[in-house]
Parts: sequence; C-alpha cells; structure tokens
Amino acid sequence: MYWQKDLETMDRKSLETLQTQRLTELIAHAQQSAFYGKVFTEHNITPESIQSTEDIRKLPFTTKEHLRANYPFGLASVSLDKCVRLHSSSGTTGNPTVILHSQKDLDQWANQVARCMYMVGIRDTDIFQNTSGYGMFTGGLGFQYGAEMLGTLTVPAAAGNTKRQIKFIQDFGTTCLHIIPSYATRLAEVMYSMGIDPKKDTKLKTICIGAEPHSEAQRKRIESLLGVKAYNCFGMSEMNGPGVAFECTEQNGLHIWEDYYLVEIINPITLEPVPVGEIGELVLTTLNREAMPLVRYRTRDLTRILPGECPCGRTHIRLDRFQGRSDDMIILKGVNIFPIQIETVLMGFKELGSNYLITVETVGNNDEMLVEVELDELYTDDYAVLQRLTKDIGRQLKDELLLTPKIKLVAKGSLPVTEGKAVRVKDLRTFA
Amino acid sequence: MTVHQLSIFLENKFGKLSELLALLGSENVRIIAATVADTSEFGILRLIVSDPEKAYTIFQGHGVGANMTEVLAIKTDAEAGRFAEIISLFTQAGVSIEYMYCFSLDKQSIMIIRTNNKEAAFEVIRKHHIEHVNACDLINL
Repeated sequence: MYWQKDLETMDRKSLETLQTQRLTELIAHAQQSAFYGKVFTEHNITPESIQSTEDIRKLPFTTKEHLRANYPFGLASVSLDKCVRLHSSSGTTGNPTVILHSQKDLDQWANQVARCMYMVGIRDTDIFQNTSGYGMFTGGLGFQYGAEMLGTLTVPAAAGNTKRQIKFIQDFGTTCLHIIPSYATRLAEVMYSMGIDPKKDTKLKTICIGAEPHSEAQRKRIESLLGVKAYNCFGMSEMNGPGVAFECTEQNGLHIWEDYYLVEIINPITLEPVPVGEIGELVLTTLNREAMPLVRYRTRDLTRILPGECPCGRTHIRLDRFQGRSDDMIILKGVNIFPIQIETVLMGFKELGSNYLITVETVGNNDEMLVEVELDELYTDDYAVLQRLTKDIGRQLKDELLLTPKIKLVAKGSLPVTEGKAVRVKDLRTFA
Repeated sequence: MTVHQLSIFLENKFGKLSELLALLGSENVRIIAATVADTSEFGILRLIVSDPEKAYTIFQGHGVGANMTEVLAIKTDAEAGRFAEIISLFTQAGVSIEYMYCFSLDKQSIMIIRTNNKEAAFEVIRKHHIEHVNACDLINL
C-alpha cells in the first residue's frame, strides 16, 4: 500500500527534524547561485540562521518575476555540466521561466511521481497512457519517468487526436490515464458518440486528473462517465511538475510530500501565515533539489491545509482541493470571484455539459460578466423550458456570487476546447 | 396521426443553420418541412424529414444534440377560413396550440401542430373527422 512506508508514515517529529536538517543544507547549497548568494547576503542569512522549520520566515519570498528577471540560469546552484535537462514555461507575458534539473533531481522527481501513482493503487501490472503533451510541458516527461520507475507499461500517447487515444485505450487494454479534467469529459463524450461504453468496452479503472482546477462535481461526473476512480494531482513546473501533491484513495485532500517540500500557507496581501484550515496562497520551498533550489516560492495557488490525520496512515499533510489562483481571481464590481465557484453551480445542473466560458468585458461604463455554458443534450423542444433553465442558472449564480451575470446557453461542442487546458476565463476589460 | 419531428438547439451564430442542414443533404435525407424561430440568444430548428431515425443518428454522430418529438400532421384543402375552423375546434375542446407551422402544395395544406394535450387533440380529430396524414404520406408529397 506504500511505495516508501518509512518516509510516507514517518512520525511528525522525525519529519520535522528531517525538514530542518534539509533546510539547513539547502541554505548552504542555494547560496552558490548568483541570485540567492546576493539575496542571502542582503538579508544576512547563513545556514546557522535555521534552527527549526519556523525559521523559514526569516527568508525572503521568491516569485515568478525573480525567475524571469534571472532568466535563464541566474538561479542555478550547480554548474551547467551537472545539469541534464531544463523545462521552460511559455513566456506569454515577458521572459519565460526556466527550471534546471540534475540527474539526481530527475531521479527524485520520478520517485515522487511513482509514490503518487502507487498510492492510488497503480502497480507494475497496469498499463498507463499519458495524454499530456511531452516536451517542455512537465506533465509528459514527469509522468513518463515516474510510471517507468513504478514499472507500468507506459503508452506515451501525448496530447490530442482523440480517436487515436481511444484506439490505444482499446487495443492496448489501458487501465490508467493521466488526463486533464476538461479533456477527460471530452474523451468520454467522443467514446459514447462512437458507440463505445467506456465502462464495458475498456479496461480503464484509475485516472489521474490535474493541471486545471476542477470541482468535486466534475470529478464525480468524470468517474461516472468513464467508470473509473479519478484522483486529483497537483504539480507545477517550478516545483518539478506533477508529483508534488496527490490524493490518496480516501479522495479527501492531496498529500504533499513534506520530505521534498516545506509548506506554508500565507495571506497573499499581508504575507503572514494563516491559521491551519484557512485558505491562503501556497508557498513552497524545495528541500532537496540540487540544480535549482527555490526558497519560499509563491505559487499563486489558493488552498488550505486540511486539519486532522488521514485514515490512510500517511503523515504528510493534506491540501484541500485548489480554489483557483490568486492571480486568476476576477474582481468585478468590487466582488472577488473564482471560476471554481461558477463551475460548482453549473455542475449542479444535470441539463448542462462540462464546458463553460466566463467573459468579463466593459459595456458602456459597466463591467459585465457573461457565462456561456454548453447544453448536454437537447432534452426538450420547448423554448420556455430553456428560458426557465437560463433564469434558474442566473439566480443560483447570483446567490453564489452576489452579482448577476448574463447567461447564454450554447450548443454542445461549440465552446473552444483545446486538447490542452480548457479556456475558462476571458477578461476583455481594458484597465486604462 | 402523428409524425416524428426533430428539434435541434441552434446557436444564434452566422452559418450554423447551413452547417446543420448540409449534414442531412450529404447523407441523402430529404427535408419536408422546417421552421426556425428567432430569439436573441438561441433558436430551435424543427424539422420533418424523410428518415427521422437516420437524421437523428447523423446528428448524434456529429455531436449535435437532437430531440425527437411527435407532432400532429393535418391535411386540409387550401380554402379561405379552413385554418381558422380547425384551430377553433381545438380551442372549443380546451386544447392549446404550443406551436404550429404550415405549408401548401397545389390546392392542399398540411398543418404541423404541437398541442399541450395529445390525447385530447386526437379526440378532436376523430370526433370532427379531420383528415390527418402519416409519415409515409408526407414523404410521398
């Protein structure tokens, strides 16, 4: 049931000792980089500054802007001949970011992913198909090496070409998938339209879904459409990629591997820690990354620590389902709105499909929100019924958001679905 | 007495109607009657076709949600006052018309009617010997 029982079930006190020791080593190591060498000197930080994990708060935060400003290699803590791979994110707003990996880093990363997959019951007898893009996107190679370390037969199908994905699933007897949630529902829809019942006509049983915030209702829908158990996974390229945190079979929170990461949850405005159980921004420190350690990295992801122990026996803390990103938040007429709130309401209507698009734009002097949502099937030929449905959605969204968005029903399959991440929010406002 | 009608959700978007109808044409399904009403946000395309089952399968195969309903098909001569007379018979029996579309060929008219009460509508048709048509008659028009 455990990939590494001693580490996964280590008592909290020993875990903290391990973290403190690794944090001290990390400070000594990170000062080799041009960036941290300068930052630590400015803040008068030495390895001796760290006596316990609490002392992390003496250190300054690292942000994506720091990564961009020091692009590409300013945060390397080893010479480039020790590095064997880099992953770079797209630079849609300014410089891209680069994360460097040594061979040791890649081995540890694969181990994290293997640990996650083993936790949800995936074994070397399984056949694992990865629908992530390969290349720079970490969901491809990250899962690939983890699944190979675990010993599954891997099908590196990569992204796109839904019919071919389905052919592989059927021909190879795929039992597990790594897939983005919006694409999982799309895949199921295509199967049904081809007359394939995934519950009877495939061997699928476990899928790992991540890379997009999604609601519990959407998970349930994916599970019932495909006849599988779906586990939420969390990762980000700055923290390697997939394998940072993962749900166990309890499906109640994602265990984050505290032997690899030191976890803080802060108030994104005051930057002070929030009490356990309250939502805030996740801040992570890599505890034993060699090529490019990151200290107090602000992930911009919003979540909270679930209090209490997990029945699975793992002692590593659990993060709640992600609530979106502190930079994805839409502020409309002074109200803070997260797309996940809208999704939760929409998923409550069985008449609706899983795709939706939120558009915020300035009309005259007003900022307005339009929510377009796909109808699942046309279940009526009566306008009045559809108009009533539109009204009901509007009312429930108003209760949730405290403002009234415009609702537009659209035909199934008409909203943009990239075979990567679904586009959920378009903010067309101009902030002059 | 009734014929199958397909209803398709139609977005208010340029080219949508033409796209949907082309699906049927290329598969040799003939359209006998069609109607689309406009609202600001969306419309419903209603179709009577030569092979409703086939049309339904074609739409499903292209991910287009379609709904199959039964509607009344009534035949009258195309004289002034005939429509009014037939509708008034329904009204007298307390049957509401939800929607209706008609077409005339030569000296004859076909009325496609959806009422709020199928059984009561049948009763009116029987009682007043209103001439109705079935799917085969429509296809051979």
